Amino acid sequence: MTHLNSFFLQLSVVFPFVIGLMMFVAGGVKSCYVKWLAFLGFAVPFVIAVWLFWQYQGAEKMDYAYAFYSDVNTGLQALGISLKLGLNGISLPLYLLAGVVGLVGGVYAINSIAERLYFYLGLLLIMYAGLMGTFASVDVFFFYFFHELALIPTFIMIGIWGGKGRRGTAMELTIYLTLGAMLSLAGLIALYVTSDINSFDIITIKNYLVQFPLTYFIQKNIFGLLLFGFGILVSLFPFHSWAPKGYAVAPTSVAMLHAGVLKKFGLYGLIQIAAPLLPLGLGNWAYFLAILALCNIVVIGFVTMAQRDFKLMVAYSSVMHMGYGFLGIVSASVLGLGGAVLLMFAHGLSVALLFLLGTMVYHRTGSYDMKVLGGLSQKAPVLCGFFVAGIFASIGLPGFANFWAEIAIFLSLWEFAPWMLYPAIAGVVISAVYGLRAVANIFFGQPSGQFKDTFENGGIQDISMKERIPLIILLVALVGVGFWPRSITQPLNETLIGNKLEEVLMAKGKSNELYLDIN
Amino acid sequence: MEIFKVIAETNNWRVIAPEIFLGLLAIFILMVGCFFPKRGEKLIPCIVILGQVVVLGLVTFTFQSLMGDYFGGLIQIGKLSQVMRIFFLLSSMFVTYLAYVYFLKQKLPRSEFYALVLIVTGALMLLVESSHFLMLFVALETVTVGLLVLVAYCRTSAFSLEAGLKYLILGALSSSLLLFGMVLLYGVGGNPSLPEFTSDAMNFTALGHFISANPSNLLVKLGIVLVVSGLAFKIGAFPFQIWIPDVYQGAPTPATALLAVSSKAAGVVVLMNLFNGPFESMRGFFMPLLSGVAIITILFGNIVAVSQTNVKRLMGLSGISHAGYLLLGVVASFYIAWAGAAVIFYLFTYLLGSFGVFCVMVHMAGVNDEDQHINDYEDLAKINPFLGTTLLVGLGSLAGIPPLVGFIGKLFLFIAAFQAQLYLLLGVAILGVVISIYYYFGWLRDAFFFIWADQKDRETSEYYLTRKTPSLRFSDRVVLGILVFFTLLLGIYQGVIGGFIF
Repeated sequence: MTHLNSFFLQLSVVFPFVIGLMMFVAGGVKSCYVKWLAFLGFAVPFVIAVWLFWQYQGAEKMDYAYAFYSDVNTGLQALGISLKLGLNGISLPLYLLAGVVGLVGGVYAINSIAERLYFYLGLLLIMYAGLMGTFASVDVFFFYFFHELALIPTFIMIGIWGGKGRRGTAMELTIYLTLGAMLSLAGLIALYVTSDINSFDIITIKNYLVQFPLTYFIQKNIFGLLLFGFGILVSLFPFHSWAPKGYAVAPTSVAMLHAGVLKKFGLYGLIQIAAPLLPLGLGNWAYFLAILALCNIVVIGFVTMAQRDFKLMVAYSSVMHMGYGFLGIVSASVLGLGGAVLLMFAHGLSVALLFLLGTMVYHRTGSYDMKVLGGLSQKAPVLCGFFVAGIFASIGLPGFANFWAEIAIFLSLWEFAPWMLYPAIAGVVISAVYGLRAVANIFFGQPSGQFKDTFENGGIQDISMKERIPLIILLVALVGVGFWPRSITQPLNETLIGNKLEEVLMAKGKSNELYLDIN
Repeated sequence: MEIFKVIAETNNWRVIAPEIFLGLLAIFILMVGCFFPKRGEKLIPCIVILGQVVVLGLVTFTFQSLMGDYFGGLIQIGKLSQVMRIFFLLSSMFVTYLAYVYFLKQKLPRSEFYALVLIVTGALMLLVESSHFLMLFVALETVTVGLLVLVAYCRTSAFSLEAGLKYLILGALSSSLLLFGMVLLYGVGGNPSLPEFTSDAMNFTALGHFISANPSNLLVKLGIVLVVSGLAFKIGAFPFQIWIPDVYQGAPTPATALLAVSSKAAGVVVLMNLFNGPFESMRGFFMPLLSGVAIITILFGNIVAVSQTNVKRLMGLSGISHAGYLLLGVVASFYIAWAGAAVIFYLFTYLLGSFGVFCVMVHMAGVNDEDQHINDYEDLAKINPFLGTTLLVGLGSLAGIPPLVGFIGKLFLFIAAFQAQLYLLLGVAILGVVISIYYYFGWLRDAFFFIWADQKDRETSEYYLTRKTPSLRFSDRVVLGILVFFTLLLGIYQGVIGGFIF
C-alpha cells in the first residue's frame, strides 16, 4: 500500500473537486443517490487523511521531512510552477484537520434542508478540495491557488445561503479578503523573483536560501507584505472586522470550514513559508506582531465578553484565539512555532464544534440570544454535556488539545518577552468568563421572553444519534490529541528542528535583540 | 504593370491569402444577401462561420512556413502576427455568433453587418502585420471606417447614432494625430543634414536606424508621442479613453465586443511592434510616460466603473482598466523578454472572459440594446442557471480569480512587472484588481444572491410576471460551453501554452 500513498494524496484533492463538479449536473438524479455520492466525496479524503497521518512516521522523507511527494507538470514548468504535493510535520496536522472538519461540515450539510441542496453541496465539495490542496501543496503557487479555490465558493455560499444581511456581508468579505489575498500574492511573487532560482517549489527555494540568504532589507519588506496579507486573512487585530460579521451570517457548514480550517491558511503560510525563508524579516516584525496579537487577545477578548448573540460570540472568540497563534510565531522557536501549529489544529476542531453546537441549540430554541435562553439542560441533557465539553476545550483546560498548544506558546513567550505573559494569560481567564457564562445562560437558569413559551410548550428534544456522530468525531480528535499530543508533536518537532530557524537567528543575535539594534 | 509582374513572380499574394479570402467572403455574403434575401438570414451566419473556420485552418496549416518580409517591406510575417491572426479570427467568429443572436431581436438588414465584420477582421490582421507606416495607416483607416459603420448600425436607435458620431469625430481626431506623427517622423527622417537619414522613412527598419542615430531630436520625440497617442485611442488608454463608455453603450452588442476585444488587442500589438521595431531605442525615454499612462488608465477605469449600473458602460470602463494592465505588460516587455508573450496570453484570456460576458449580455438584452441594466440580471442564476454560470465564469476570469484563466494571465503580468522592477505600477495594478472585485462581484451579487425574503410579493408583482426569461437553444449551449470549458481548463492546466510563452 505504501507506494500508493502519494497517489492517495493527489486523490484526496482531485476526488472532492470532481464530485463537486458532478453535483452541478446532478439535477434530475434521485436524491438519495446524490446524497450518497456527496457523502463519498466528503468521506474519501477524510479516510485518506487519517490513513496518511498513520503512515507518516514510517514513510520515506524528502528534504525538510516531506513525505508522499509527487510532481505533476501542468504546463508552467518553465516558470518554476508545477503541482507538487507532499506533507511534512507542519502540514500534516492541518491536513488532518481539514479532513476531519470537512467531513463533519459535509455530513451536516447533507442532512440540512437548504434550498438547491446539490448546488450547495457542490460548492462545499470544491471548497473542501481547495482546503485539502492548500495544506498538501509543496509548491507556493498552488498553495495560493488552492486557497483561492476554497475562498471563492465561500463567498458564493455566504451570499446565497447566509443569514440576515448576507448580500452586503458577502460583498464586504469578498473585497476585504481579496485585498489580503492580493497582498500575500504580491509577497509570494516577490519571494519568487528575489530568490532568483526560478522556482515556486518550497524545497528548492529553502535549499537555495540556506546557502544564499536574502539581504536584511529584502527580507524585511517581503515579510511585511506577507504579514499584512496573511494577517488580513487570519483576522489579525486591526484587520479583523470582516470575521465576526461573516461568521455570524454564514451557513453553519461554511462557518465551520472557514473559521476552522481555511482561516488557518495565513498562519500556516507564515510558519511554513515566511518564517523559515525570511527569518530576519520575522525578527524585524516580531515585536510589532506580538503587540497586535496581544490586542487580538485582550481587546477582542473584552468584545467577546460583551456579546449577547452566541454565534457572534463564537465568531469573536475565534478572532481572539488567533492571537495565540501569532504569539507562537513571534519567538521563532521550535516550541513556539510548534505550539502555534498545535493551536491551529485544536482551535480548528473546537471552533467547528462550537458552531455546530450553536446551530443545534438554535434549531431547538429558534434563538441565539443568550439573554433569552436558559434552562435548556432540563430538556436536552446530552446536548448540554457536549456543549460543556466544547466550551472547556475552547478555554484550554487540560485534557484537550488546546491546553498543550497554549502552554507551549506561553513557554515560548517567556523566552521572547516575559511581560507579555500577563496579558496573554489574562486571555485564558477572559475566555473562561465568556465561555462559562454562555453555558450558564443557555443551559441553566430560567428561560425568559418569547423563548419561555417555546420552552414550556415542549417540543424541545435532546439530540439524536445522527446529530451525535459529528460531535463525537470532533471531540474524539480533541481529547485524543489532548491525551496523546505526541502523535502530532513528534513529526512537528522533527520538521521544525530541521528548519534550523533558531540557529539562523542565533547567528545574527537573538530575535528581539536584533529588533532593538536595528532601531 | 511591372509591379504586378514582380509580385506574380515572387508569389507574394499567398502570404496574405487569409485576408484576401476574408474579403472575398465578405463580397460573397453581400451577394447572397442580395439574391436570397429571405433564405439568407439563416444561411449567412453559417457561411461566415464556416468560411472563418477554413481561414483558421489555413493560418494554422501555414503557421511556420510564411515567416519573413514581403511586398518590399510593407508586410512582415512573424510568430506574433500569426498568433494574432488566430486571435482576430476567433474573435470575429464569436462576434458573428453574437450578431446572429442580436439580429433575432432586431429588424435590421443583416448581411452587411457580417460583411463588415469580415472586412474589419481582415484589416486588423494586416494592421498587425504591417512593417511600414503607409500600410499601417491604410489598414488602420479600414478598421476605423468599418467599425464606424458597425457602431452606428442600429439606425433606429438614437444612442447608436450618437455613438457613431462620437466615434467618427474622436476617431478622426486620433487618426489625424497618428498621421501627423507619421509625417513628422517621415519629414525629419528624410533630412539630409542628420546622420543615418533615409529616403524611406516610413519603413520600420530604416526608421529604426534613423531614430537610434538621433535619439534626442525633438521632432523625433514629438512624432513618436503623436503616434502613440493615436494608438492610445484604439487601446482606450488615458487620456484618450473618454469616448469609450458612450460608444460602447450605443453600439450594438456585437460591435461593442469587436471594439472591446479585437480593436483593443490590435492597438496593443501595434504598440508592441513599434517599440520592438522602429522605436526600440526610445524605450528608456518613453518608459516613464507609458508607466504614468498605465497607472492613470488602471485607476480611472476601475474607479469610474464602480458607480456604473449600465452593463455595457461597465464593460467599457472595465475594459479601460484591462488596457492599463496590458500597458503594464508592454512596459515590462522593455526589460523582460517573455513579457511580450505574457501580454498576448493576457489578450487571449481577455477574449475568453469578455466573450463569455458578452454572450450572456446579448441573450439578456431586450429590443433596446443600449438599455441593459445590472438590475435585469437579478435572479439570473435561478431563472437560467446555464447563463448564470457563464456569467460567473466570464466575470470571474476578467476579475482574475483562480482557477480561471484570467488569474494566470494576471499572474504572468505581475511576475513580469516584478522582474522588471516596476513596483509602483504593480502596486497600482493590485489595487486596481481589488477595486474591480467590487463591481464585478456587484454584478454577480445581483445574478446569484437571491432575495428569498419577499419571495411571495415578487412572484405576484407585475415586473416579474412580465419579465422575459431567455431560453437557450442547443447551439447556444455549445458556444457558451466552449467558452466556459476553455476558461476553466486553461486556468488549471496550461499544457503546451506554458512552454510556448517562455
